[in-house]
Amino acid sequence: MGMRKVAVVGAGMTKFVRRAQETPKELSWQATHLALESCEMTMDDIDAVCMGTAPDAFDGIHMKGEYLSNGAGAWRKPYIRSYVGGGTGVFVPIQGWYHIASGLFDVVLVVAEEKMSSYYPHAQGAFLTIFDHTTERPLKPNLLWIFAMEMNRYMTTYGISKEDIAPVSVLHKRNAADHPCALLADPDITVEDVLNSEVLAWPVQRLDVSPVTDGAVTIVLAAEHVAKRVTDKPVWIEGVGWNLDTAYWTNRDLAYPRYVEYAARQAYEMAEIKEPRKEIHIVEPYDPFDYKALHHLEGLQLADRGTAPRLYADGTAARNGNMPVCPSGGLLGVGNPIAAAGLMKVAELFWQLRGEAGDRQVPGQPRRGLAQAWGDLMQVGTVVIMGR
Amino acid sequence: MTINIKHFPGTPLSEKDFSTGKILFNYDELRGDFAWDTGIAIGRYLSGLKAGVLVGTRCPTCRKVVIPPRTVCEWCFRPMDEYVELKDTGTVNTFSLCYVTWDVQRISEPELPAVIEIDGASPLHGIMHVLGEVDPQQVHVGMRVKAVWKLAEERQGAITDIRYFKPFQVTD
Repeated sequence: MGMRKVAVVGAGMTKFVRRAQETPKELSWQATHLALESCEMTMDDIDAVCMGTAPDAFDGIHMKGEYLSNGAGAWRKPYIRSYVGGGTGVFVPIQGWYHIASGLFDVVLVVAEEKMSSYYPHAQGAFLTIFDHTTERPLKPNLLWIFAMEMNRYMTTYGISKEDIAPVSVLHKRNAADHPCALLADPDITVEDVLNSEVLAWPVQRLDVSPVTDGAVTIVLAAEHVAKRVTDKPVWIEGVGWNLDTAYWTNRDLAYPRYVEYAARQAYEMAEIKEPRKEIHIVEPYDPFDYKALHHLEGLQLADRGTAPRLYADGTAARNGNMPVCPSGGLLGVGNPIAAAGLMKVAELFWQLRGEAGDRQVPGQPRRGLAQAWGDLMQVGTVVIMGR
Repeated sequence: MTINIKHFPGTPLSEKDFSTGKILFNYDELRGDFAWDTGIAIGRYLSGLKAGVLVGTRCPTCRKVVIPPRTVCEWCFRPMDEYVELKDTGTVNTFSLCYVTWDVQRISEPELPAVIEIDGASPLHGIMHVLGEVDPQQVHVGMRVKAVWKLAEERQGAITDIRYFKPFQVTD
């Protein structure tokens, strides 16, 4: 298709915290500064900036992309903000990728920021307006309803129990204990802890859910000729995919995310991957809830329908397993600042594939990884495949 | 990173930092008032509710019957202008027992949201509503339910014209 090769050459992030003193602009700048420093670049090297951030309602600031622009280094540069809900964090690197693959730019900054704590009394309130104002909102729904009902449908369809799902939360929160930016790491958490935690919206319990979080992540993307000049360890973006299902969520198969399958197939085809279960060495599926990691692993074709819990039961998903899942600690462990959480997964693959993940390093010199996010009105899938 | 970056930025705060005045902050309330037009298809849906009937639309191309009604079939991208009356009974596709409100306040009696596949609509096609007149522990996927309507004179053309769905036996 005449597309240019694109590599990730730098990455930086802030700590993920429940409530940051820094403003959204300040968080964006901190992550961006660190990312530029990591590849020894300055703003003079940057041709364009892509910004990913979720609802304006979190900040109470209309046109948040413009508000954040100076923190992201966007002034006097081509700048665009994208937003596909929770899928944003893995969509914005795709946007950066096509800025460069198209030949339009050589070096692009990809910034993702979220500050959820400003919304009072709880960030969940910002999500109420995702429900249809006429046919749903008069029923006074809350966001947990959707997740709880999707989780229940997934469990019922395949005969999966809470005991099958809890190991996801346990593995991710334990993995996060090795992440220096993690908010909810717990090296000692057990399945019993998850099963005994407070019931919020059955089947969702407290430890099945990722927390409200503030934080920012930035990566630097470069065309091949630049990437080879600035680093001897470029990590290439080998495949991208994104796909949308119906916004009438009650008209959809809630047990299986077909939109994730379509996004994954697009990315596998571009990356020329025929057998994903053998060719993907690390996977960072989107895990705002523990069952979502399983749901997405099945959509990504990395497990048969209804069988993803086995990856956790037999050790395949462990950091030293055959296909480590969320070695970062994921959203459940590191935290879930919506857009920044997805880009954190891309940054994790960058560090893992370069062998720079420190205590979190997956053994065996992994060659290829996949990051995925999900969002909008529960029906967008975004996928990036990276390799070295 | 972890091996190349020694210090990560970001300063965590606690609730105490606010209550003790360590952190200065500005509190404000934003308010927006709206009047949403119902549109063509949802207008029909609401007038159906006022009359005590659930209305869906049928796609002449793929023959799918959907609820709530819409003017375009999102699968075929063809007009969907055949309105059909559906039954006010259905099957619980999924549900939750929810013990928290929208602002994460705890409640002792759970709310019972459910997706209900409406009889006469295509498989897996449902609406979100709530269940009532049922022991929360008895609710299950596959349970047959029927709409409990407000009295005709109280109905306003709103989704809340159905108070809730309750279990029913075929012999009822």
